[in-house]
Amino acid sequence: MIRLVRRERASRKLAVAAPLLALFAAILSNLILFVAMGKDPAAVFYALLLEPFLTWSGFSEVLLKTGPLLLIAQGLAIGFRAKVFNIGAEGQFILGAIFASAIPVYFLQATGGWIWPAMLVMGGVGGALWAVVPAFWRVRLNANEILVTLMMSLIAVQLLNYLLLGPWKDPMGFNFPQSVMFQYDAMIPILLPGTRVNVSLLLALVAAFIAWIYMQRSFGGYQLLVGGLAPEAATYAGFSQSRAIWLSLLIGGFAAGLAGAAEVAGPIGQLQRSISTGYGYAAIIVAYLGGLHPVGIVASSLLMAALYIGGDNAMVSADLPVAAVRVFQGSLLVCYLAAITFVRYRLVRTKGATS
Amino acid sequence: MSGIEFILAGMLAAATPFLLAALGELVVERAGVLNLGLEGMMALGAAIGFIVVYEGGGHVAAFGAAGLAGVGLALVFGALAIGLQANQVAVGLAVGILGQGLSSLVGNSYESLTITGLPKLAFPVLSDLPVVGGLFTQDIIVWLSLIGTALIWAMFRYSRLGLILRAIGENPTAARAIGYRVTLLRLWAVVFGGAMAGFAGAYAATVYTPLWADGMIAGRGWIALALVVFGTWLTGRIFFGACLFGAVSLASLVAQTEGWPVPSQLLSSLPYIVAIVVLGIITSNKRLLKINGVASLGEPFGP
Repeated sequence: MIRLVRRERASRKLAVAAPLLALFAAILSNLILFVAMGKDPAAVFYALLLEPFLTWSGFSEVLLKTGPLLLIAQGLAIGFRAKVFNIGAEGQFILGAIFASAIPVYFLQATGGWIWPAMLVMGGVGGALWAVVPAFWRVRLNANEILVTLMMSLIAVQLLNYLLLGPWKDPMGFNFPQSVMFQYDAMIPILLPGTRVNVSLLLALVAAFIAWIYMQRSFGGYQLLVGGLAPEAATYAGFSQSRAIWLSLLIGGFAAGLAGAAEVAGPIGQLQRSISTGYGYAAIIVAYLGGLHPVGIVASSLLMAALYIGGDNAMVSADLPVAAVRVFQGSLLVCYLAAITFVRYRLVRTKGATS
Repeated sequence: MSGIEFILAGMLAAATPFLLAALGELVVERAGVLNLGLEGMMALGAAIGFIVVYEGGGHVAAFGAAGLAGVGLALVFGALAIGLQANQVAVGLAVGILGQGLSSLVGNSYESLTITGLPKLAFPVLSDLPVVGGLFTQDIIVWLSLIGTALIWAMFRYSRLGLILRAIGENPTAARAIGYRVTLLRLWAVVFGGAMAGFAGAYAATVYTPLWADGMIAGRGWIALALVVFGTWLTGRIFFGACLFGAVSLASLVAQTEGWPVPSQLLSSLPYIVAIVVLGIITSNKRLLKINGVASLGEPFGP
């Protein structure tokens, strides 16, 4: 008989090793799956996991995708540590993109250096506003934020479709569901010359640093943590639970909205249907894989971004369907959640014990 | 056919995917476990079910295979959330993402293909009634789902199994102390929930709209999760909730064909808007939740 026994203190070594173990297990199980599908495992492995890092142009695309994932995941992780489960970052991202696009859509002739910063602010505000509904529902109506944030995402997709097929459709766009191309001043300046990486990556890194200060070094972050770990102790200490819920959801919404704005004002340059390739959901995996720790999330967002780019490569070179990347992402989180159990528990063999 | 007749005739079929998934989740949550992976389990069931019918296996095999696919994912969920006592919210999300990924992977080469559904069986006499007659002309799965609903209602109401399930959800420590194998029973509940989610997906893709499109479950798993809360963990109320959502999703079709001056996107988001509003109304009544809720819901339980 094998039983799980709680460790006296959580194993630090395992906490660091868990994501690596999970990555290894996920690679192994997925390669088996790909072989079963009749793909060449070596070609898939090379395209998915090595190629993104081998060329500068490939790696710069990884950096480009790291920005939004890092930003969203930092925001979500703050909430997750406070046990506020915002899984609607996808919708908050879309609202951020919509709010940011309002400036170039209505003021296409405007020029000046203020435009892209204003778009970023608009985006953050849009994302945070979309998170107001679940926050209000949870605090005042006692409704589970998991369900409400998710439904808000499904509504956001419809809102985006409505704008792109209706009032915001580019009149010169051959009836495609997309807005006008934004003017030059609506684009975030390029950070690394010769690539598409723009200043928003710096912004994401600054956000990671702020998240680190807030969660690891400030009293406000401490209050959130206690609220998540021991709600009764937090109430006893006078830490307001409503405040924690509002903060978690607004921070998460703002960060996701910012990422959405940076996407339309960056690599895409217009509002269109495919502004998000599941960033909001992938960021949930990024947050957990980074151990909900601001530093860990920097590493896990880079890994997840590489998986996106590698998935595109594998589609071309190894004939792997795009969906395979989603399977990989899902199994990565499953493996990670299995691995972190052993940070807090150890397996013990017992003789003849009944469970 | 008037709008009302159309909605009455189609309501039960539209409700069935919600109903099957929510009934499975009801049993899971009554046992104290929160399975957020419903959407992914439905998606995989839908893909597998569709493929089996398309390849000539027939509907019986399709529902069997879809149920097994749901059980497979449920076992992954159970191993982590019950076996390893991992965070149920995180594991549910992980299994959901995995299920949705697997569904689009296996369904990749079947995109936009169609099959034939199941014939409608009329209930004699009643189906000839004016206006409500359509209500009594349904396919076999709808009839079976109605019987299943009654069985689950009776199980919780009258049987020993229902009592045991409620006991392990209400107070697992006490249930174990009087000799029930909480871990094993919870695992069985999760397996049942997975099978039901698989059936729900299979119904959506092989009977209700007999076609495969990536993402066709479109949030129905999440609405089923909300339905369990709306129904305050009571079978009868969950059934009426499922009918309400069936009617709401048809109402948007009626509005489109009648040419109401409302954007179609607003109509498509109507089920989600209704879900958010109803959820707020029900959960703001804390007394209602306290009386009917499950005390240990979502909390890991171990030795």
